[in-house]
Amino acid sequence: MIGKKDLEHIGWLARIELSDEDKEKYTPKLNSVLDYFSELDKAETEGVEPTYHVLPMSNVFREDVPTASLSQEEALSNAPKNQHGFIKAPRMM
Amino acid sequence: MYENPDGVMIGLEVHVQLNKLKTKVFCGCSTDYHNDPPNSHVCPVCLGLPGSLPVINRKAVEAAIKIGLALNCKVEEHTQFYRKNYYYPDLPKGFQITQYDFPISSGGYITIEGEDGELKVGITRAHMEEDPGRLVHEGTIDKSKYTLIDYNRSGMALIEIVSDPDMRSPKEARRYLDKLRNIVEYLDIFDGDLEGALRVDANISIMGGQRAEIKNISSHKGAERALLFEIVRQKNVLRRGGVVVQETRHFDEAREITISMRSKEEAHDYRYFPEPDLVPLKISGWAPAIKATLPELPDARRMRFVEQYGITDDHAKALTSELKLAIFYEDVAKKADPKMAAVWVCDVLKGELNYRDLTVDAFKKENMQKIIELLASKKITEDGAVDIIRTLLDKGGSPDEIVKEKGLLKVEGDIVATAAEEAIKENQQAVADFRAGKEKALNSLVGAVMKKTKGRADARTAREMLLEKLG
Repeated sequence: MIGKKDLEHIGWLARIELSDEDKEKYTPKLNSVLDYFSELDKAETEGVEPTYHVLPMSNVFREDVPTASLSQEEALSNAPKNQHGFIKAPRMM
Repeated sequence: MYENPDGVMIGLEVHVQLNKLKTKVFCGCSTDYHNDPPNSHVCPVCLGLPGSLPVINRKAVEAAIKIGLALNCKVEEHTQFYRKNYYYPDLPKGFQITQYDFPISSGGYITIEGEDGELKVGITRAHMEEDPGRLVHEGTIDKSKYTLIDYNRSGMALIEIVSDPDMRSPKEARRYLDKLRNIVEYLDIFDGDLEGALRVDANISIMGGQRAEIKNISSHKGAERALLFEIVRQKNVLRRGGVVVQETRHFDEAREITISMRSKEEAHDYRYFPEPDLVPLKISGWAPAIKATLPELPDARRMRFVEQYGITDDHAKALTSELKLAIFYEDVAKKADPKMAAVWVCDVLKGELNYRDLTVDAFKKENMQKIIELLASKKITEDGAVDIIRTLLDKGGSPDEIVKEKGLLKVEGDIVATAAEEAIKENQQAVADFRAGKEKALNSLVGAVMKKTKGRADARTAREMLLEKLG
């Protein structure tokens, strides 16, 4: 069961601010998702190779040959702030 | 037997940047950014723009296998990538592509010189991941207002090598780092001279406490210093009755201390999940062919040097501790006496290079061969040879020119004889002392001969001549 604390934690990890109203709304929704997983847990998986990856492919490679990069101007165009060619962000610790 | 009184356990995580590749690990951006402006070697993939698709560099996988094999690891049959989710400005997309429960190789070891003889350090795993961007802070990390970000480094191929907690002292940690660096240098997959080529995080605990992870270590010496500090800090905490908590600490190189980075908010919660944009790799079949191309590694070369050239193990160890030096020595030894070459390269040239902060690239092998030839044929003295080496490093030229200019050719016997006669005539007191049984008086006579010949006489010949004439 997901409680209010868990929801706050998930919100923090995703950097999404949740109002009290949001918390009311999402707690039962996430719990219904979890309920569905407990349904899946009932499936018989004895002797079944786990699916480590959803794509039925392996070994796709690229050769070590350079391709064009963006210009510095293009690279910085989405950044709210920049300085001397660097992207400028608030300090994080 | 090393007692390890504080129960120190050190494990290291070393990130080796595959900077000899031409492109990054998941995109075609060039890796040649070290002299270019920030954010000039980036593309939608390494900037993490929506809709971009990473595709792995085949050569990066080959290099990862090389490292795994060189560290005696098993190359796994199935390997795949994961997203490690966290918010930090060094990663523009909110996650790092790395490996988790299916690393490309695991379960190896290397041997180092431990506190009490040979120590086998286990390698837990060596896995592939992408390098984050570079953050620049004005002033120190705990004081600056902004973080400036350069994503040129973002997406560079990294191999993270995780050791078992087998090291028991900062000194062992440093030796492990030296050895590891030496091995990857031999593999020709990274240039250790480039900024950020090899980075270290250290985990350390002492008896009765939890482990601290130390980040931001930028050199092998820094690792040793940070660990020394950390042992003292943890011991002090315990002595005061406190608890050593598990946390991440930042090494402040200038102050040689570690600072807690623990945020009050939450513990790490990376929510790893399989990277849907990259398909799994099944490449263990490549291992035999790659193994066949592995170069001779440091330990093997060291043993061969002892056997093939008849040099001491200490010399062989010093010569193989750096790939360039080993190659230089072998080139010299091809055309000069190998034993003399070992002595002169290790004991003289290396010191002169270190003193000038130069690598062996600064010295031509032909010049070393010539100097050893001059020494072997007794045309110059050992002092003369040192003089030639120093002059070559400081001013350039050729050994022959320097010998001629400085008059370093060893003087002939008759000139030494004349000098000896003069020395005896001019130093009657020393002669009297010597005849009275003071053997040390001979030294001042030898000194006088050396002075008269401007150091070009062989000291042993001078001594023999003097004894003959005094006898």
